[in-house]
Amino acid sequence: MSVARYWREIPRRYRLEAGKCSNCGYIAFPHRLVCPECGSRKFEDYRLKDTGKIVSFTTIEVGPTEFSDQVPYNVGIIELGDEVRITAQIADADPKDIKIGGKVKLEFRKIQQDGHAGVIKYGYKAVLV
Amino acid sequence: MREVAIIGVGLMKWGELWKKSFRDIFVEAALNSIDDAGVERIDSMYIGCMSGGLFTGQEHIGSIMADYLGQKHIPAARVESACASGGLAVKMGFLEVASGMSDIVLVGGVEKMTDVDGGGATAALATAADQEYEVYNGITFPGLYAMIARAHMDKYGTKREHLADVAVKNHSNGLHNPNAQFQMKISREDVLNSVMVASPLRILDCSPITDGAAAMILCDLETAKRISKKMPVRILGIGHASDTIALHNRKDLTTLNSTVKAAQDAYKMSGVKPSDIDVAEVHDCFTIAEIVASEDVGFFEKGEGGCAVSDGRTQIGGQIPINPSGGLKSKGHPVGATGVAQVIEIVEQLRGNAKERQVENAKTGLTQNMGGSGGSSIIHILKGEE
Amino acid sequence: MDNNKAGIVGYGAYIPRYRIRVEEIAKVWGADANSYKKGLDVLEKSVPGPDQDTISMSVEATKYALKRAKIDPQEIGAIYIGSESHPYAVKPSGTIVAEAIMATPDIHCADYEFACKAGSEAMFVSMSLIKAGEMKYAIGIGGDTSQGAPGDALEYTTAAGSASFIFGKDNLLAECLYTHSYMTDTPDFWRREYMHYPRHGGRFTGEPAYFKHTIGCGKKILEKSGMNPSDFQWAVFHQPNGKFPKRAAKMLGFSFEQIKQGWLVPLLGNTYSGASPIGLTAILDVAKPGDLIFMVSYGSGSGSDGFIFKVTDKLPEVQNLAPHTRYQLENNRIYLDYGTYTKYRGKILKAE
Repeated sequence: MSVARYWREIPRRYRLEAGKCSNCGYIAFPHRLVCPECGSRKFEDYRLKDTGKIVSFTTIEVGPTEFSDQVPYNVGIIELGDEVRITAQIADADPKDIKIGGKVKLEFRKIQQDGHAGVIKYGYKAVLV
Repeated sequence: MREVAIIGVGLMKWGELWKKSFRDIFVEAALNSIDDAGVERIDSMYIGCMSGGLFTGQEHIGSIMADYLGQKHIPAARVESACASGGLAVKMGFLEVASGMSDIVLVGGVEKMTDVDGGGATAALATAADQEYEVYNGITFPGLYAMIARAHMDKYGTKREHLADVAVKNHSNGLHNPNAQFQMKISREDVLNSVMVASPLRILDCSPITDGAAAMILCDLETAKRISKKMPVRILGIGHASDTIALHNRKDLTTLNSTVKAAQDAYKMSGVKPSDIDVAEVHDCFTIAEIVASEDVGFFEKGEGGCAVSDGRTQIGGQIPINPSGGLKSKGHPVGATGVAQVIEIVEQLRGNAKERQVENAKTGLTQNMGGSGGSSIIHILKGEE
Repeated sequence: MDNNKAGIVGYGAYIPRYRIRVEEIAKVWGADANSYKKGLDVLEKSVPGPDQDTISMSVEATKYALKRAKIDPQEIGAIYIGSESHPYAVKPSGTIVAEAIMATPDIHCADYEFACKAGSEAMFVSMSLIKAGEMKYAIGIGGDTSQGAPGDALEYTTAAGSASFIFGKDNLLAECLYTHSYMTDTPDFWRREYMHYPRHGGRFTGEPAYFKHTIGCGKKILEKSGMNPSDFQWAVFHQPNGKFPKRAAKMLGFSFEQIKQGWLVPLLGNTYSGASPIGLTAILDVAKPGDLIFMVSYGSGSGSDGFIFKVTDKLPEVQNLAPHTRYQLENNRIYLDYGTYTKYRGKILKAE
């Protein structure tokens, strides 16, 4: 992944910056230029809540190359407090403790790295609360 | 718009084809379709291919395939909609003929997946998901469908055994398909004890990595009636819909809206209803996908798909036979070729040419080809022209 | 208002959930666990998850500090991180933390390194800038994913954690009354460029190094303040093992009761740059208005930074706004076997 491609997503990945449709209130994460609900092109800055609940989840036992050292790891679809859904790893958790509806909060974690010499890529992961 | 018919189909033995190249496999299937149709020329060509670039380094696929097929200077285009690329090629071929742009069109699909290692194939397939907001965080395709499965189990009480029975049925059908990659009988226990890939999905819930190609010849119905040696099969209706490619952006994980929408459109265009369908090929990239699709195209009520499989309602001879070919599960899943091969299986069924896996008295068939985790879905409804 | 007033307006610590017990390490190296447990006064240590590093832990510690400080991150003028495990050899850790808490771009960032003293150094500079009136708020962080070579005595203690302190002039939780720094060139522990693990002078790290500087600094700051050890409710020292801080406290005239709350090392291990700062957060979690806190760090090479803090009336209002340090230390622990530990710490040689 090029550095620029990583860098331009920093506001979303580090700070959960989103856009809120000025017309209908739809929250776009990541930001969008057009509201998928009402077609409005006006958005206000919005920051997602960092707590939520698990909608569904899985434990990845066979991972892509970048994540092969981390298996088994848990991934879930998380519905944050503002009803926005994201895909995130569920870190530090025994799969037996993960339940649909379980409460989580987001933490800042290392997500990937480009080998031993490349850039380290950070972002959000969920942890059980 | 002109009526469009399929007059020839061509497949090849799918699998890990170490000795055959990307272009070899396409040309082999394409020549088989030309021979089957008995045509002497083709006017244009559409090829479904998800990621020649990532799998083999080759793009500009329309031209290289036309060249190696010996079709100098014909218009040839590669189309892409992830794992629904093949279905999309069929639709484009249909439009080409229906519009009068071409009379005889070759529609193909191809994927050469084994020139990269497992990690490379996983990464290439993952490009069908949202790279920045799904894949970045470590999700895989088995993982996405696993989350669909878990949500379906949670909401409807679908059981792990139901998922296993999809694989058992499809492998049982695939035993009779000489072109299938995995012609082997498996039991429910085999599935339940196979290696976990992304819980609750195990390796025998997943379609394999496959090299393969498929091709067919389309022409307008009038010409078809004149020149076709075999029974022409009409494309009665097409539905094609998109959806968010990030699974998390859907309100309900247990239904794939693109399939629901595509099915509605295809039924409307063809004037048939779910109960009129005699045989179907649906996109069982994972066992749960067949269950969800069988509900979303209207064969079963929401939540009944799992029981329907275990009750035998989708086996050959059942209420609505699904994936008599063996499905992606047994036949293999060379992603770009899959959508074309699904249509080919229905053509063989409607022609009455499917031998041991023949669905009796099949008159009308349906195919459902999915891209990604439901970001696109393409449905074709086909009818034999007596 | 006293213009020279400065102190802590927010604090937070982050300790990873993973742990490994001394027995688990001793088993692998054929060592006697009990003699290590007794000799080091350490039972287990924290381990960073494979997705945690000094930066990620510092972001979480700083988020906790912000919950307690309740300030606008845009008013933060500096972020300094002290660590000997900055994830990059070249590229600042501070900018990543600043970006994550929305404190960019009008901010000064620098990464510090002074063995285990880098954290208190970041605190010292942050506070000095506040005292000088250069900015409204400054953040000093001490954190490490400490390195210790497999089989070395250090492996029983090298741990992970981070503490973050927001300094300011108003709404203080604890005012800093005095500081003193004390240092000489004493090579008791070092890590050369490109080396994975530090080297150390064995018993030389004790008397001429840790004790000379800790006691030297401690005495000087007591002298400066005119205070006696008995004036303090709390004290915290650098804690490379359980024994050293206990002995240093005794030598200076502090009781075990005074250091007990911030003496985290038996369960936490040595978090290097985070060691005395995380200890300070544990004290702030329970301290009462008017309490005096004595802190002396130590970093090899060598030197100590001393601080005297006085708790204000405001501290009790914010103590529970973020997870307490001892709560993180004593709850939700996940124990690792040595194999998983070495995998998480990247100690296994893999094919290219």
